[in-house]
Amino acid sequence: MGRLSIEGVHKHYGKVHALKGVDLDIAEGEFCVFVGPSGCGKSTLLRCIAGLEEIDEGRVRIDGEAVEGLRPRDRNVAMVFQNYALYPYLSVFENIAFGLRARKVPDAEVRARVGRAAAMLGLETFLDRKPRELSGGQRQRVAIGRAVVRDARLFLFDEPLSNLDAQLRDGMRAEIKRLHQEIGKTTVYVTHDQIEAMTLADRIVLLRDGRIEQQGAPLDLFERPETRFVAGFLGSPQMNFIPCRAEGGALRFSCGRSLPLSRPAPEGRDLLFGVRPEHFSRPGEGDPRPRLDVEIDLVQPTGARTYAQFRLGGVEATAELPAHAVERPGARIALAADMARAHLFDAATGRAIRD
Amino acid sequence: MMRPDRGTGLALRYVAAVAVTLLFLFPVYWLFMISFKTPEEIFASPPVWWPKSLQLANYAVLFKDGDVVTIWNSVVIASVSTAAAMIIGTMCAYSIARFRTGGNFFTDWLLSNRMVPPIVIVFPVFLLYVKVGLVDSYLGLILLYTAFNLPYVVWMMRGYIQDIPLELEESALVDGCTRWQVFLRVVLPMARSGFFATAVFTFVFAWNEFIFALVLTRAEVTTFPVQVTHYFGGQSNFWAKIAAMSALGTIPIFIAVTLLQRYLVRGISLGAVKG
Repeated sequence: MGRLSIEGVHKHYGKVHALKGVDLDIAEGEFCVFVGPSGCGKSTLLRCIAGLEEIDEGRVRIDGEAVEGLRPRDRNVAMVFQNYALYPYLSVFENIAFGLRARKVPDAEVRARVGRAAAMLGLETFLDRKPRELSGGQRQRVAIGRAVVRDARLFLFDEPLSNLDAQLRDGMRAEIKRLHQEIGKTTVYVTHDQIEAMTLADRIVLLRDGRIEQQGAPLDLFERPETRFVAGFLGSPQMNFIPCRAEGGALRFSCGRSLPLSRPAPEGRDLLFGVRPEHFSRPGEGDPRPRLDVEIDLVQPTGARTYAQFRLGGVEATAELPAHAVERPGARIALAADMARAHLFDAATGRAIRD
Repeated sequence: MMRPDRGTGLALRYVAAVAVTLLFLFPVYWLFMISFKTPEEIFASPPVWWPKSLQLANYAVLFKDGDVVTIWNSVVIASVSTAAAMIIGTMCAYSIARFRTGGNFFTDWLLSNRMVPPIVIVFPVFLLYVKVGLVDSYLGLILLYTAFNLPYVVWMMRGYIQDIPLELEESALVDGCTRWQVFLRVVLPMARSGFFATAVFTFVFAWNEFIFALVLTRAEVTTFPVQVTHYFGGQSNFWAKIAAMSALGTIPIFIAVTLLQRYLVRGISLGAVKG
């Protein structure tokens, strides 16, 4: 139970074309994360699944049943909202029981199910309180409790952690993942936070301008991005994109420096050399890898690692190095790039160039 | 120069507050005192601040003559028209707030109804009521007051409803509520303070309304403000009756405001302070 399939979904808001033909299949029990920059359509897509927005074209099926004409209540999905959406005039118990009451579930069963949900989320001692007497994390737990207590086919989360402070967010993220492992319900989770997306997802769906840019397992997207956009969106600090051209088996940068290519690349086209900061390193004595001599112009120590910025091919690039690798700006050092894990993109289309 | 310390400032503020309160309460006190006085005491000079005995003869007359029934008439008309205006108006406000029913034009038009001076339509309404047989009936005044109060209720409730986070309603919809259930179980409790504040003002309007009640009633459903004017005579004014009747007339308002006071303050100041 909980298979979701979306076919050719379009959604307009006036003149804005928010979803431009989205196709997606989510398997039973899967944890699927919609991620993308703001305005990419991820929340709209989630709201279309919930039935809070009507779609203009296409199909939404849950367990094979077309639901696009159904009211939200008839779709049997549960949703957790960004601002918790708790009723301030009801106790925690009644907030969790709200959906059951609306469906006229007998009182004894309401009590049993709320009790189970509260135990699962560690809310037993708060049941008589009002939401305003709870901390942000506890409120979010109550909101999750409202979803868990119902026997819904799908769980939908709309940026549930973005109102929490960083420390609490890490804790709740782990809790949501644990909850999914326990209950095993199909979950669709919207976030703009790539860390949340990477850590939670079985599958990431990266949206851009109302279309799916790429979808797949988190590490798959991270290691094999199909476009420059995907490569740039996942990973922090961002991947470096350095303009270059392929000539005679080497990449030539506008500053005159070059790196030998480990695999063939189309010549005579503007390319982007994509390399993640952590794939730069300082070559040791006798290291066979090709070197780039650079002058560091900015040093940002973060404790465990240090981010060093330098100019290459006319743009600013970042290398992530061990803590004491560079002490001050102005240092001239040699860097080696891990060419096997680097990417090439077509500068015009942004698409990855694979062999 | 020395600045007054905080204690002095607070004391001054209290003195000012008490003075203003006394100023506003004095007419009420005087009204009630007159209602308990004998005719000699009413016209005594210098004035009698506190009657020798609190005698109830002025009230007894009102009951004996059956004049108090006009208070009952006012209670029925004001309560029913307030209830009707609140129910219809709140639903209308919800529709406008969430579905933009009628667009901007409709809400502006609604409010403009409130700007029509009542005197302009008194006689057309009277002629209409004569035709349809609504003169001197509960229904006639109830319909009219409901219609008068609707724009106010819609306008006020629309504001209170727009302040309710949309997520609360959407969450209820996904949780299994119908629109009706959302309205009853989420919107009404969330807008409770504003609802009661609006209801009090609506009730007070219907309670005090004079000109339509004067023109559209005869003997059956005379309301309390109209009845009071009957005591102002060509030769003399019946101050005792005026005072006793007016005192009785403040009681329902007093009860309504006392019961709803905590909502009233919150409702009026809603939106003034966030959070």
